[in-house]
Amino acid sequence: MSIRISQIDKTYGATRALEPIDLDIRDGELIGLLGPSGSGKTTLLRIVAGLEQADGGTIHFGEREVTQVHVRERRIGFVFQHYALFRHMSVFENVAFGLRALPRRQRPSNSDIRTRVMQLLEMVRLSAFAERFPAQLSGGQQQRVALARALALKPDVLLLDEPFGALDAKVRQELRRWLRHLHEELGFTSLFVTHDQEEALELSDRVVVMSNGRVEQIATPDTLYREPANRFVFEFLGEVNRLEGDVANGRLTCGNASVSVPGVEPGRRELLLRPHEVHLAEHAIPAAHLPITVAAIVPVGAEVRLELEADWLEEPWLASVSHAEFERLGITRGRRLFALPSRLHGFDAAGAQNVALPVG
Amino acid sequence: MIRIGDAPGVRRLLIGVALVLTALFLLLPLVAIFAQALMGGIDLYWQNLSDRYTLAAIGLTLLVTLLTVPINLVFGIFLAWLVTRFNFPGRRLLQTLIDIPFAVSPVVAGLVYLLLYGRNGWLGGWLDGYDIQIMFAWPGIVLVTIFVTCPFVARELIPLMQAQGAREEEAAVTLGASGWTIFRRVTLPKIRHALLYGVILTNARAVGEFGAVSVVAGAIRGQTNTLPLQVEQLYQDYNTVGAFTSASLLALLALLTLAAKAALEWRAARRESLA
Repeated sequence: MSIRISQIDKTYGATRALEPIDLDIRDGELIGLLGPSGSGKTTLLRIVAGLEQADGGTIHFGEREVTQVHVRERRIGFVFQHYALFRHMSVFENVAFGLRALPRRQRPSNSDIRTRVMQLLEMVRLSAFAERFPAQLSGGQQQRVALARALALKPDVLLLDEPFGALDAKVRQELRRWLRHLHEELGFTSLFVTHDQEEALELSDRVVVMSNGRVEQIATPDTLYREPANRFVFEFLGEVNRLEGDVANGRLTCGNASVSVPGVEPGRRELLLRPHEVHLAEHAIPAAHLPITVAAIVPVGAEVRLELEADWLEEPWLASVSHAEFERLGITRGRRLFALPSRLHGFDAAGAQNVALPVG
Repeated sequence: MIRIGDAPGVRRLLIGVALVLTALFLLLPLVAIFAQALMGGIDLYWQNLSDRYTLAAIGLTLLVTLLTVPINLVFGIFLAWLVTRFNFPGRRLLQTLIDIPFAVSPVVAGLVYLLLYGRNGWLGGWLDGYDIQIMFAWPGIVLVTIFVTCPFVARELIPLMQAQGAREEEAAVTLGASGWTIFRRVTLPKIRHALLYGVILTNARAVGEFGAVSVVAGAIRGQTNTLPLQVEQLYQDYNTVGAFTSASLLALLALLTLAAKAALEWRAARRESLA
């Protein structure tokens, strides 16, 4: 079922929680709402669920307008941040709750409920835990019970609020993959909230980046990473190195460092780049003269992370290089090298500007 | 290493003092009540119990309690729900107002009701025109008892419901449950123990209230005497054994209340250790 959100806004007292927001979600899409806390993402999710009332705007599920429809009749599944399982009910009863709450005419027989619940528990691989109570389960298991409970009534739309926020890294990884499969298998439309950019990028078909109650960008994870619409998106989606200097005649100068930036307007400019866009060499090239000193070395998995210092830098840069590169350059702490940026990103009110440099 | 206050001498001294004080101030009076009541033998005890006026007092006390407890049960849930689930102007004020019956002396409460509902009172005069008498009759006793005991249930529920939050109720509503289903299957089981505890406290106070009731009851023997009033009146009449007989009933009720409370706490603790 597709979801069409148009001009939804919300104000709490003096706080503007949501600026008017438009968002179209296609049938079967998995959408991540990504943003820092206070960006309005949870408010938007709760408005879509009907747990919160918008001040203005409309929401359609398919052709059906649901703006004024009560949560009870919206046919949504909702997974709460801390699961909100019914603590005094067994896992079985938790999952059966929605079926038992149906009006008498639509309510399945007890044996049908039993079959359906066991089928759901099978799906979340918790059949053996049917008689346990929520407090007796691990965080990951509770999360799966919450999912089974939300899916029991075959909702058109599944909404998840920070679904993996409270879990440790390994379980989180596993559950993400599992949710992705489940989504492909069952084909429901789903919208989830997260503050974790990695989670949003890995799980979503498209990501909605939000800040201060506004949508900053809606794009596929790939586009988002490669072509961020503005500075906020760029900074929120990963680590950032800053380079500030004066631009004249297509060259940025900063102390004894300089780099060629064709097409950038003259004046005081700040350019940004990602750690993986910093390459290292023993000699400067005409396009870039950026002398640095290696200040710290941290091997992390497939790459080596370096902290680079220079007197022309206000704060150190981060660079990630391959082990092969690391060995080829014989990098040690205190080694003096030259940084060669493969790409520089500039943002101003008018939008984004990328400068590609012939290195790497 | 010995922690502060953990030296064996200090520990024994403190435990000893606590035990002696408990025996002196709590246990001894309790024993005294039953000793006094049974002083004239079991026959006299029964005779005193089956006294016409004592039986009437027992009946009236039961009536007052049976009316007060359910009313305050519903009122307490309603109030706790209102304060913890909704945000409205005056919410904090209301939370403070709930405590008024605890803050004022019961005698003052009785006097205020007398002022309002007495024959010359603001509402009493009007009701008198319809031949409805509140003061010096059982409705007045019920009214002041409700007033004095109304915070107990709400006071037990509010902190609990605040701590539990409304997430489970929200989950239930997304699963299509109606308001009544949510209350019956989600909220009530969560607050069951606190609710029962509130009821026990309400019950104990409703049975034992003296100050407020004594102002509005008018002490008409056999008509508006509750058990505590009856105890006082018998004692004024120099009928010590009779007074203590009635008092022993109240003490017995208090003991039952404590037993019920202890059983509840024990069960709650056991549930917690199981979960």
